[in-house]
Formats: sequence, C-alpha cells, structure tokens
Amino acid sequence: MATKQAVSFKLNGKAVDVVVEPRELLIHTLRERLQHTGPHIGCETTHCGACTVDLDGMSVKSCTVLTVQCQDSEMLTIEGFEQGGALHALQESFHEQHGLQCGFCTPGMITRAYRLLKENPNPSEEEIRYWMAGNLCRCTGYQNIVKAVQHAAKKLAAAAA
Amino acid sequence: MAASTDTLERESKLQGLGSSRLRKEDARFIRGRGTYVDDIKLPGMLFGAMVRSPYAHARIKSIDKSKALAVPGVVAVLTADDLKPVKLHWMPTLGGDVQAVLADKKVCFQMQEVAMVIAGDRYSAADGAELVEVDYEELPAIVDPHKSMTPDAPIIREDIADKDNVGHGPRTHPNHIFTWEAGDKAGVDATFAGAEVTVREEILNPRVHPCPLETCGCVASFDKPTGQLTVYLTSQAPHLVRTVVAMLSGIPESKIRIVGGDIGGGFGNKVPVYPGYVVAIVASIVTGVPIKWIESRIDNISTTGFARDYHGVGELAADKDGRIKALRFTALADHGAFNSHVSATKLPAGLFSICTGSYAIPKAYARVDAVYTNKAPGGVAYRCSLRVTEAVYLIERMIDVLAQKLGLDKAEIRRRNFVKAEQFPYTTALGWTLDSGNYHGALDKVLKAVDYDGLRKEQAEKRARGELMGIGISTFTEIVGAGPTKVCDILGIGLFDSCDIRVNPTGSAIARLGTMSQGQGHATTYAQIIATELGLSSDEIQIEEGDTDKAPYGAGTWGSRSTPVGGAAAAMAARKIRAKAQKIAAHLLEVGEGDLEWEVDRFKVKGNPSQAKTMKDIAMAAHTSNLPDGMEKGLDATEYYDPPNMTFPFGAYVCVVDIDRHTGEPKVRRFYALDDCGTRINPMIIEGQIHGGLTEAFAVAFGQAIPFDENGNHLGNSLMDYFLPTAVETPHWETDHTVTPSPHHPIGAKGVAESPHVGGIPCFSNAVVDAFAHLGVTHMDMPHTSYRVWQQCKALGLNER
Repeated sequence: MATKQAVSFKLNGKAVDVVVEPRELLIHTLRERLQHTGPHIGCETTHCGACTVDLDGMSVKSCTVLTVQCQDSEMLTIEGFEQGGALHALQESFHEQHGLQCGFCTPGMITRAYRLLKENPNPSEEEIRYWMAGNLCRCTGYQNIVKAVQHAAKKLAAAAA
Repeated sequence: MAASTDTLERESKLQGLGSSRLRKEDARFIRGRGTYVDDIKLPGMLFGAMVRSPYAHARIKSIDKSKALAVPGVVAVLTADDLKPVKLHWMPTLGGDVQAVLADKKVCFQMQEVAMVIAGDRYSAADGAELVEVDYEELPAIVDPHKSMTPDAPIIREDIADKDNVGHGPRTHPNHIFTWEAGDKAGVDATFAGAEVTVREEILNPRVHPCPLETCGCVASFDKPTGQLTVYLTSQAPHLVRTVVAMLSGIPESKIRIVGGDIGGGFGNKVPVYPGYVVAIVASIVTGVPIKWIESRIDNISTTGFARDYHGVGELAADKDGRIKALRFTALADHGAFNSHVSATKLPAGLFSICTGSYAIPKAYARVDAVYTNKAPGGVAYRCSLRVTEAVYLIERMIDVLAQKLGLDKAEIRRRNFVKAEQFPYTTALGWTLDSGNYHGALDKVLKAVDYDGLRKEQAEKRARGELMGIGISTFTEIVGAGPTKVCDILGIGLFDSCDIRVNPTGSAIARLGTMSQGQGHATTYAQIIATELGLSSDEIQIEEGDTDKAPYGAGTWGSRSTPVGGAAAAMAARKIRAKAQKIAAHLLEVGEGDLEWEVDRFKVKGNPSQAKTMKDIAMAAHTSNLPDGMEKGLDATEYYDPPNMTFPFGAYVCVVDIDRHTGEPKVRRFYALDDCGTRINPMIIEGQIHGGLTEAFAVAFGQAIPFDENGNHLGNSLMDYFLPTAVETPHWETDHTVTPSPHHPIGAKGVAESPHVGGIPCFSNAVVDAFAHLGVTHMDMPHTSYRVWQQCKALGLNER
C-alpha cells in the first residue's frame, strides 16, 4: 500500500481535507469519506455519467479521476445546487418536465446540464442532445430531459433579465 | 344534469385519476438524496468482492486463499466448502432448478461466482480477490444451444445428470431442461397440409441484458443477539426474496426484513435472487457484522439476469386473401447453465402462448425446448412479461412475412386478421381470454396521423431512385398483470398483490403495498387511485412499499403488474373503507345507508344535498365514540387482490426508417406510438413510461446483443461494447392513445410500461426489413447495427457507387 496523501479542495463552497491512497478515485472519496452520495456509480468506465461532478468549471466523471488530482480544486456536486432553501432552476425543471424516473442518473444529468447552460445559455434541442450524450439514462428516453434543460434555460434567462 | 362548478373544483383539487400530477418521489432525487443500496452505510460494515471464473466450463482442482488472506484489511475468503456446513452452497432458483451459490467443484459459465473476499473496504477486497489462486482444468464448452443435445455433447450439469425431470416434465438429454407445448398440434398440422399458402421463417431474439443504470447489490446485516436479519437489497420483489431467504437459511421469516429502498431501474434484472446476495447474507451471519456486496457493471452484464436467447421458428398457414388459418411457433430456448428463468411454476415458457397476437387465428400450436449451455443463467423478462417480447416479435414479424408472400399491404393484412371490437372478450386458440380491445380503431387512427398512404407513395418514389426507406407497423397485444393465482405462482406463492390503507383522524392516509417502484412513480399514481376512491387529496396520501416489515405481502413489480394487481388492490381496499364510511355517514346524518349518494369527497343525502358528511368528517368520527352500535373504531382496510384474469394492453405503432445504402446506417425518421392501456391514471407518467420503453426497444432492435466466442468467452460485457443509446441516437417519440378500459379491473386500468418495449422492437425490425422488402428480403435478425445492415446492402449489391 502506497503512502497516503493529504488532499485539500473546496466542495460546494466548503473547504475539505482528506487523506487518501494515491489510487483512490474521486467518486469513492465523495461517497465513502465525505458522505456525498448524490453522484452515483453506474459503470466505472466513464461511459454512463452518473458520477458527473463539476471540477474547476468542467464536467468530469469522478469514477475516473484520482482524488490526488483534485488538490486546490473547486468542486460542485448535486448537493451544492440548492441555495438558501431555493432549488436551482434545473432541479425545478427536471421535476416539472418529468425529466427523471428512477433518479439514479439525475444528479449527473443536472450537474452536466449546469455546465452546458453556463457555456451555452440558449441551446437548441440538437445541442442539448449532443452535450448530454455522455450521460446515460435508461428510463426516460431523454425526451423529457431535453425539455427540462430547455425549460431551465428559459427560467435562468428570465431570472437574469 | 351537468356537474356543478363546485363539484368539478373539488374533484380537481383531489388530483386523482386522470391528473398529470407531478411526482412526489422527485423531491429527494433532484437533491441527490435518494437512498440506493450503495448509499447504505452501517457501523462496522465490511465489503465483499467476488472471485469469478475465467473459463466457461472447467473443473476446480484447488483454491488457495493464503495470499488473499495476507492482504491487509482482508477478513475472510469464502468458497463453496465454507458454505457447505450451513447447506448454503446451492440455492433453489425461480425456475424450479438449483444454482451453485459459489462454484461447487466445477464452473459452468464464464464469470461464475467462485469465492467472495470479505475486507474492510472495497479496495482491499478487490486486492484480495486478485490474489485468490484457483487451479482449473478446462472442459469443452457448449455455446450454441443447437449443439446442447447432440449425443456427444459434454454434460454441463453433472449434479442433476441422473434426474429425468427438473421441475417441468421429462428430460431427454442431460442438457435438456424441459419441453413445453400448447395448442392443437394435429389440427394445426392438418390445416398446414391443406393450406393455400404457408410461410416459414427462422427468427432470433438474441441474448440481451436489461442493464439498469444501477447494478445489483445488497447490504446484509445479521444481529446475533436477536437473530434478526436485515437485508437492504436491489429487488423488484422484496417479499418473494424474504420467503426465499427464509427457505434457504432456516431463519424464521418473521425475523427477516428485506428493504428495497430506492432502486435505480430494474427492467427485470432485479427480480431473481443472486448468489452475491446469498454469500453476503452468509458472510454477515458468520462475521456478525454487516456485509455490502455491489456488482460492477461487467459483473452485471456478465452474470445477473440476461434476457431472451430464444431461437424461434415461425410458420403461418393462410388463404390467398391473407386470412390466417393456423399458426405454428417453436423456439429453442438457451437458459444458460442453471435454469434460473423467472417464470410462474405452471408456465415454464412464461406467457409465450400470447403469440397469436391481436389476430383471430382459429388454430395454433406452440412449443419451447429449453436447454443448458455454458453461459450465464437467467431468462429474465426485460421490460416485458415473461417471454412476451419473444412471442409478440414472432407474430408481428411473421404477419409481415405473410403479407410480402401474398403481395398484400402490411396494414391491410392486419385489418383482415384482427379480433374485431365486438368479439371481446375473445378467447384465443391457445386459451387466453383477451379482455377488451379496439384494434381496427387504433390502427386507423395511427395510419391517418402519419399519412400512411403518403408514406407508401414516397417509399415507391425512393425505391425507383434506388434509395432505401422502410415503413414498419406493429399492432401488438400484450399480456400483463400476473396474475390469477390459479394459473400463476412462484415457489407455490400465488401472484396476488396487496394494499393496506389507514386513514388518520384528520383525514390524511397512508397506504402500503406489496409492489416495489423502480422509477415508475408509484408514490404518485397509487395515491391518485386512492384519492378518487376516497375523496381525499392525493397530496395527503402517503405511499410506502418495499420494506417487508411494513408492507403487506405481495409479489412485487415486474410484468407490468403494479397497476393491474397492486392498483386494483388499492382501489378495492379504498372501497372497503368507503363502505364503512357510508355506514358512519348514515349514522351521523340519521338516515339509512340507501338514502346516501357519493359525490367526489362526501356522502350526501339524496334530494337534500346540503345534508352531507365529507370523508374528512367521517375520518374524525371513526375515531370517536359516535359510531353505529357494535362498529369497530378506525378507518382502515387491507385487500389481497387475486385478479380474475390478466389484462391485455395493446397498441398500434408506425416507424419510418431511412437507410444509407453505402454505410448501412439506419436512421429512424419518425416513430408514432398509440397505446391503449385502458383507464389512464397519470398521463404524464404514462407518456414518460412510453418514451423509456420505446428507447429500450430501440436499443434492442438496433444494437444490443451479448456475443460469445466458441469457448464461451464474453465478447462485450462493459458499456464500452454493450449498446445503451445516448440522447444523440435516441429518436424523437410521438405518442397517442385510445382508451378501452379493462372490464374486469376495478378501475379499468391495464398497465403500460412494457407495451412500448414489446410493441416497439418488432416495429423497428419491420421497418428495417421493409426497406429491403422490394428486393425479396423477408427477414433480418437483430440487432440492426450499421455493419449488419451494410452486410445486407452488400449482399444485394446496393452499396456500390
């Protein structure tokens, strides 16, 4: 067993320190050590996106990121979306547009859609489908996920106006 | 008299039947606060990692645990020899067979469970599993089921080689499991012999996997001082699992609690009891601490719950006008190394006998021969009732084959053979009584919506230019809601379901059911059924399921049985409460029961509507001393509902596909799905279920298959290879409906979630084949990947520029 390393980063705005083996994956650190069980493990091969978190302004699949790579980073997970008791527009929209069924992909979907709307606040259906292609859903057939993202884009635009 | 505004307002406030009420379960999921099994963390919990066989067929000569046990953190390594003293190295399957929990002297499929390493965390458990040294002697493997019963075939199951019966009739070969048949063979043979036209096609439903996004797993926690076993487990049928665990372990069923929690999709994968669960339970009993076992994705696709692998032959006999006179469908079923096929005891081939479809076919014969191979065990129903996709695929493909043979339009041949609306209830040649339907109406509505004639015209023009365009039709009838206990049991337990409703003094209620949601939205829809029956707001009706200590016994959620059976139980339990409420209302209003009539949320006195008691008033009264003489306090009821018949949802689908003849790429341009699931409880949820089912059908038709090499090695068991469509590939779905209530269901509902899968798959295939129909092609096996379709183009010389 290799020597453990101390790693510090910001998780949903709060400073955290962990001591991990160099091989420990970020998803395990989040879920096992930091009790952030919103991101899920669906495939362990970076295909399904259930483990998606936002790391320094990029969507990453935390099942294939080592925790030791996250030193000094800023991280957003589904647990960080609700602010002061108010849901994020994406959370509201997934609910209102029936964009989820079993809920297992939802944290990753919302986290990915957050980055999409940051970079492209008014995406077309085709752009949403392309940008969300790294996140698999087995329940919804994506149609209502697309609607949810469009709906959230409108809400965010209205709020910004 | 039209309903008053007041009545309508009160009714809409209930958010009952027919309301597109937003889902109650979303609140936790959108916050990342679901409780899936891998989220469970108990004090002192250890992790189990499975050691699996690299060979499909081999003898185990020895197992050396020493290096694994030396890994820091590793607590134990369990093998079959360790489970033997407690007689848990083998377990019964839901198919009437037995299955090795951990391989006992030999392995019969690649990735079979050989040992479990128990350690303090996942990493050391995985390290330990790498270091368990197993010495194997490889044996020849059978991969092709057609070779299972040859005289010189290696015997896969030496443990039952002497048995002439493994639960479903006589066996004719050590690798034979059962032969099931139904119908009038002699009559069918005679009709075929004298028929004006016959068609025959070999049609494969390849081995696929339901692949829910969450894999299977459990946390088993045995408390030594009390002897209480709690298992958090990914199960679509927690009560059945409890019974199996009691039978296996000898622990009284009253001391076993199975908790379903939140389930990340099931689609049939989470019905059976898997070896990993059993080993985790034993490990917890042995170590006295909780044990978590979670499948990897590769384990999931390789070992738990494959579906299909039905090698079918379809034959139809008809007159020259295309009226079907007889049907003969047979299938060779590859059940893998153990018969853990999920089926009702008396239905070893499931509901394959629904294969007469939506058509009035006077004579039919069906036969299934099931065999062992050196592949993973299973035979779960992937988003369908037991073997219904296989059956519907055969009939919906074969009717197209017949149309092509006769030069008839594929819509017209269906019209000529449909069971007519006035013929319901209609008993098929294989014995099912279809409860209700309007097949002509559904098809006509869809053809009009898509401008079918216009599409055929466009297709003719494209064909003239050498372009490939296919139009697929599917007019399917499903069979769901297992089912009547006279016909359907598993391990002797009838497939009834249950609902227990308790109304509180202030007029809110809690209902517990024996079913188990995996994303279907039961907490939302069951409350709507009860809201309408009781006149209480659905927002004040709490639904619980999946915890066997709380919910009444039921057979769970699979085979679209929740609405047909659980939903019926909910309505019937609510009606018992309403009947008692009526007595209380009569007492309070000092009138006879017969003087009262029900209106939305209250009993009112006929002719004097100002005299009324709402259900809320009655709920309070039920907890006071002011009740009729001799009446028990409280306002509760439990219903165990044994359905009188299955339900038969149906639909008419049309798919338009364009195929690039140079690359073989099939592109679904349009998909129009009309579903009739009887009474609609929540249209929003129904539509969501149809989107999902169509997407899973699309996956099966265009990409899913679990391939093996000749030695039984998996050639595609991760998401690198196994096709799950992304948002990019997935087509846009158009949905529509008609409503033909089930006459025997309390609210007329039939169940819906599986129809789009069952009806969608043949629709896609029919579209692909139709694109080549003018060139004499009558069938192409799935999956219709670009490469495979390109091969068809190449064989016909279409790919050349």
